[in-house]
Amino acid sequence: MGDRIEKRIELKAPVSRVWRALTDHREFGKWFRVKLDGPFMPGQVSCGQMTYPGYEHLKWEALVQKMEPERLFSFTWKADPKIDSKETPTLVEFRVEKTASGTRLLLTESGFDKIPGDRGLEAFRRNDGGWTEQMKNIESYVAQRS
Amino acid sequence: MTAQRRAHAPDFAALGDETRLALIAKLCAGQSHSISQLTKGSKLTRQAITKHLGVLESVGIVHSVRTGRESRFEFDPEPMEEMKKYLDLVSAQWDQALSRLKAFVEN
Repeated sequence: MGDRIEKRIELKAPVSRVWRALTDHREFGKWFRVKLDGPFMPGQVSCGQMTYPGYEHLKWEALVQKMEPERLFSFTWKADPKIDSKETPTLVEFRVEKTASGTRLLLTESGFDKIPGDRGLEAFRRNDGGWTEQMKNIESYVAQRS
Repeated sequence: MTAQRRAHAPDFAALGDETRLALIAKLCAGQSHSISQLTKGSKLTRQAITKHLGVLESVGIVHSVRTGRESRFEFDPEPMEEMKKYLDLVSAQWDQALSRLKAFVEN
């Protein structure tokens, strides 16, 4: 488990409604603020243009990974598709599950770094004790593995 | 948001290596170190350590200072603080996107 962002949100709508909002490219575009050229298909590149105010000049490009109906939708996306970089794209995953009041959505974005274990950059991100503290974490982490 | 993402990719890549993390761990105490000091206790050669320091230097996590005939290396926390800010920003963007999704499906 590398460094990642995780979000959990409870939605008062049925799973089928949430699934459509995630995977129908027009609906996705409305809340994500991107105008997509065509439907999402696993294994296919999705292209479009951002509509987010201030970012309209940016292109959107993602590679759809998984579409497991009413369960998991995932794609990888790159920093800036115009730049031919060796950088690894991050992986975005939406998981949905039925709850008593509607749907629970779990979002993760991972791959910001390649540090193995859960203490690399994660330690920096949860920076509550200042840098010295975080550096001790790195030190012990590295020590454990060497 | 994508432009900001690109700007930080090399920083993250620079940290994706245990040798470099170990070097940072040594340097972050605040004192500058020579290559000999950094090589001591490591299985790696001086050349290998120099190469890793070069990667860290290229993203500004480490600076070299010349003292007489030798180069000494110092830690600079700023790029990492920037990376933390960047992840906080990505996190905040998701909060906003998901709240738009919530409004979208609940209406």
